[in-house]
Amino acid sequence: MSYRTLVTSLALAALIGGGMAHGQAVQAQGVASASMSAPDALVKSLSEDVLASIRKDPTLQSGDIARLNGLVDEKILPYVNFEKMTRLAVGRGWRDASPEQRQALTREFRSLLVRTYAGAVSAAKDYQVQMKPFRAEPSETDVTVRTQAVPSRGDPIQLDYRLEKTAAGWKIYDVNVLGVWLVENYRNTFAGEINRGGIDGLIKSLTERNKALEGKAS
Amino acid sequence: MRALRLCGRLVAAVLLAGALAACASIPPGAGSNPADPWEVYNRNVFEFNDGVDRAVLKPIAQAYEAVVNEDIRGCINNAFLNLLEPVNAINNLLQGKPVAAASDLCRLAINSTLGIAGCLDIAAKIGLQRSNEDFGQTLGRWGLQPGPYFVLPLLGPSSVRDTFGRLFDFLGTDPIWYIQDVPVRNSLVGARLVDTRASLLPAEKVLEAAALDRYQFVRDAFLQFRRNLVYDGNPPRLADPEEDDADEAPAPKQPAAGQPAADQPKPAATR
Repeated sequence: MSYRTLVTSLALAALIGGGMAHGQAVQAQGVASASMSAPDALVKSLSEDVLASIRKDPTLQSGDIARLNGLVDEKILPYVNFEKMTRLAVGRGWRDASPEQRQALTREFRSLLVRTYAGAVSAAKDYQVQMKPFRAEPSETDVTVRTQAVPSRGDPIQLDYRLEKTAAGWKIYDVNVLGVWLVENYRNTFAGEINRGGIDGLIKSLTERNKALEGKAS
Repeated sequence: MRALRLCGRLVAAVLLAGALAACASIPPGAGSNPADPWEVYNRNVFEFNDGVDRAVLKPIAQAYEAVVNEDIRGCINNAFLNLLEPVNAINNLLQGKPVAAASDLCRLAINSTLGIAGCLDIAAKIGLQRSNEDFGQTLGRWGLQPGPYFVLPLLGPSSVRDTFGRLFDFLGTDPIWYIQDVPVRNSLVGARLVDTRASLLPAEKVLEAAALDRYQFVRDAFLQFRRNLVYDGNPPRLADPEEDDADEAPAPKQPAAGQPAADQPKPAATR
């Protein structure tokens, strides 16, 4: 029973910020103003905005990578701190990485996440997002926003976000699907790759993985 | 007698399929993770399970998905989960959550009747959400740590604690094992297995894409997932060991390429 739910959750791990339907219309002010306001409002409008885009775009639903990258650049990227996400997943090794290596790591990790996302995007349109109660002191700069994705049939899926307040507003830096935090789940693998082949070894593994996925998709 | 011989041959074929696949590549440093001291054994069993799955279970699940209508599959899935409501109720009670236990029993009553033998989840529509409880979680709630990660042959990822938990579920609370008619019981157990496997098919593609190392990815997800369940979706946040000021520091000018690989994490000398 638990294993079934687990693997289902892994599929949905790809639903970063998106993949969640909501019956209500996206609020008129859009996401831009939300990043300056409350973090839960940001998550809500971002989820709804991304979902609306997926629902009206059959090419996107088919998992088209170019189209998906466009969506990520336009809608998701401004509200996600991919660099922090990568830094936390890489862990100690980040300190030894040169700026070029850091850029390469962030680029390849992001590419892997987008490709993973592509596999789940078609299922996304059948979900609705529900916000869970959110309480935070106004002074807090690091918060967890808790939501659940409710499918048209079946049990709801826990979907939480960690956000950090930056000068440019709130930014998501980790996602949790049914209790599995994305960053945490890559940490051991990345550390092992760095132990074996250094930072460049990890970059190489990520690049090869992305190339292999590219080959499969075409 | 003939049936018995056939059964023996089938079992041998299944085990052979697994054994053929079970030459797991063991990376250097395997077993150094404190959560997974038995990594070498675990990786081999993981590969074995994968071989059995690819040869036997997955093709059956794919055929089931291709032949049986989606609505009917949803109904069957609900019916099997409905059978597990007593497991949820007993464990919620053991964890000191009588309201949740009452909700599970109420779900069982509503879905078994109005929901047509559990086919429809009517109770969810009136706001009674399905629990996901088992004895492994109860042990965790009582303060027992999971212990080493442990991949069970044919059954998949587990921990020492959850293995005892499964044994208790199997011997004590899972209603399917109480069915006296052995052919009926075994058919249901088999059908439940196919139902479970079929429900995993869509997820598999994503797992294949996301994981650099499938074994590690599944292990780390399993351990996080179970911890989350023990705390009913709200576990205390783990300290972020890497998150400190040193990590925010600008990158060193010298590229770190070709640095000697360390088997152990370096001491945080720069902090």
